[in-house]
Amino acid sequence: MSAVAAPRGAHTSRPKPKAPASDRAKAENRLGQRLVAPAVILMVLVTAYPMLQALYLSLFKYRLTTPDDRQFVGLGNYATVLTDSLFWRDTFNTVLIMVVTVAVELVIGFVFAMVMHRIVFARGAIRTAILIPYGIITVVSAFAWQFTFSLNNGWVNSAFAWLPGISPDTNWFGGYGTSMFAIMISEIWKTTPFMSLLLLAGLSQVSEDMIEAAKVDGATWWQRLRRVILPNMRAAIMVAVLFRALDAFRIFDNIFVMTKGAQGTASSSFLTYTQVIEQFQLGLGSALSVLLFLTVLLIAFGIVKLFRVDLAQARGEG
Amino acid sequence: MLRGQDPRSPRRWRRPVVAGLGLGLAASLLAACGGSGGTTLTWYINPDNGGQDAVAKNCSTDDYTIKTQVLPQDAGQQRVQLARRLAAKDSGIDIMSIDPPYTAEFANAGFLAPFPESMQDALREQSFDGATKAATWQDKIVVAPLWSNVQVLWYRKSFVQKAGIDMSKPVTWDQIIKAASANGGKVAVQANKYEGYSVWINALISGAGGELASNTSRGDDATIDVSSQAGKDAAKVVAELARSKAAPADLSVSQEGQAGATFGSDQGAFLVNWTYIWTNYDETQPEVKKDLGYAPYPETVAGDGSTTTSRPPYGGIGIGVSKYSDHVEDAIEATACITKPTNQGVNAELTGNMPASAAGYDYKPLKKIYPQDLLDLWQRSLDRAAPRTVTPYWSDISGALQSTWHPPSAVNPDTTPEKSAQFIRDVLKQKKLL
Repeated sequence: MSAVAAPRGAHTSRPKPKAPASDRAKAENRLGQRLVAPAVILMVLVTAYPMLQALYLSLFKYRLTTPDDRQFVGLGNYATVLTDSLFWRDTFNTVLIMVVTVAVELVIGFVFAMVMHRIVFARGAIRTAILIPYGIITVVSAFAWQFTFSLNNGWVNSAFAWLPGISPDTNWFGGYGTSMFAIMISEIWKTTPFMSLLLLAGLSQVSEDMIEAAKVDGATWWQRLRRVILPNMRAAIMVAVLFRALDAFRIFDNIFVMTKGAQGTASSSFLTYTQVIEQFQLGLGSALSVLLFLTVLLIAFGIVKLFRVDLAQARGEG
Repeated sequence: MLRGQDPRSPRRWRRPVVAGLGLGLAASLLAACGGSGGTTLTWYINPDNGGQDAVAKNCSTDDYTIKTQVLPQDAGQQRVQLARRLAAKDSGIDIMSIDPPYTAEFANAGFLAPFPESMQDALREQSFDGATKAATWQDKIVVAPLWSNVQVLWYRKSFVQKAGIDMSKPVTWDQIIKAASANGGKVAVQANKYEGYSVWINALISGAGGELASNTSRGDDATIDVSSQAGKDAAKVVAELARSKAAPADLSVSQEGQAGATFGSDQGAFLVNWTYIWTNYDETQPEVKKDLGYAPYPETVAGDGSTTTSRPPYGGIGIGVSKYSDHVEDAIEATACITKPTNQGVNAELTGNMPASAAGYDYKPLKKIYPQDLLDLWQRSLDRAAPRTVTPYWSDISGALQSTWHPPSAVNPDTTPEKSAQFIRDVLKQKKLL
């Protein structure tokens, strides 16, 4: 069966010219470099400067409201952070949210993508309807879900009172498990459409001929899905999982609106926010941001390796 | 084709665009000069129902106009916005309304312009002791108290009648929790993980004769006293309420508003809350207003029964002038006007945020809204009020306190105060994250 899965992007790849470039090509290349230079310089300025500044600040004990007490502590802030139980608890929360929401979104998103792909009637309307949650600002959707689960004016308690464990007095934001549940539901509702949109793009690239051929060979629906559709969508799935995982790892809005980090629900981003913005601890906070940045890099690297996808190929550059 | 003849050529658009930009620039310059009759002072206020706006109008003169800008609802967010802008030396802030716990932090960071000695003396003279204490940093008055808030014990008259409690004598927390539990009532407090919870804990500890911290002039070396006997007594009250039937279902997320709603519901019995509660139910629940009684803040440990030993929470607003303002002198003059007793009265009449001075309480219209014995109770309570520890590190102490004492149902009188004291020390020394 695996023979059905043709190499990806075969029709898009062009043989690369290996011969030495002509004078004209060289001149074009130089012109191209000069044309992109302003943009590159600007990007380096706006992205590299804050990064280097954060790296520099992370070496100091520095508080915005007591600037005179600024003191060089070397890697002391990193030692404080890495030996702190709060840091590891919040990192665990973040990983938990990332793994659970991305897994659930992948499944639901794939179902939605199939629906959007195969639907024959009211195609535009259904696609739009599925995408609506993604068009809503996260803070707004977080508030909507907070009201939904609220003890005073939410409808969850009354609508689901028949379920064991839910009563009119259930305080969703009063415990760790229930708070995390509410946060994840909001996150999943909000971002599943994005996942399904990326998967839809992958799905529409799977050649109908291959699926037809598999059908003729007598493959069942499940076999077609596992052996034809999914392998051919690998790059799209990777991009979807990568984007969503990095997004989910930086979760902030939902937690900020729904619990403000109470009941031990803070995430890594939230912890960084508390240190820098609320406690004015520029040193400690910068150390946290640097660690957050490194973790995001690590996750991106891990996912790319896990899916064994050539990024250039995923972009269709061949 | 010549470029100039191409109808889509960008040059065709250039002239009108440049002209438009020029017009826009000229218009904005003109607008900037529009108020040339005098200076505009920008006063950043905490949200209220128009009290500070009215005062701003009263205090605008021919030389300057005071314009208000509203800060976020949450006191912590007010602090964040002001401090970050002041740290960047933003001259767009002239006058600001500052919550008492952050006064020391702002003054210590050098954000506040010093008041003249004569003005400081006048403020000391007119303000309540608690207000002066909260406005003082390193022996200088650094903000001018505008209004002073204090909590009292609100109760439903019908409920205490049913429960048979004599409210003319001081009551303890233990008493009201037991009475509420036995009669199907709720004791509404502020116990969400936010500043209001620290306010409650601070009042409980002060009521037991203790303090959260002392030697605060030593900065992050201050002595942390949460683990004292007073801290344990406070933890006992929190734990007792959280584990009793008198605890509202939303105890761990309740702020002032939720507590007020619980009190207004059928189960409402007792509530500790600020002065605004007297007018809170006027429009929506007049039947609650009719049933509304008030008494001194409950005692953490029982006194001899004659006068209360409680130390109610102190709140309010002090007016500070930014050191980075372009109009410091005008702003100080405006501040003196804003905090005049009559203007404190005007503000109180509109908002229910009571004056910071005895003279302010003499403002006639207040006596029409509030019964005299309630005005007396508030003034007596202000005399006993315990401001939160005056230290530039209050937000660290408060945050660490909230982390270790929340949720209330997890508070253990034997371990929580000790754990919390150690955690506050570590946070102050930046050995632990908050």
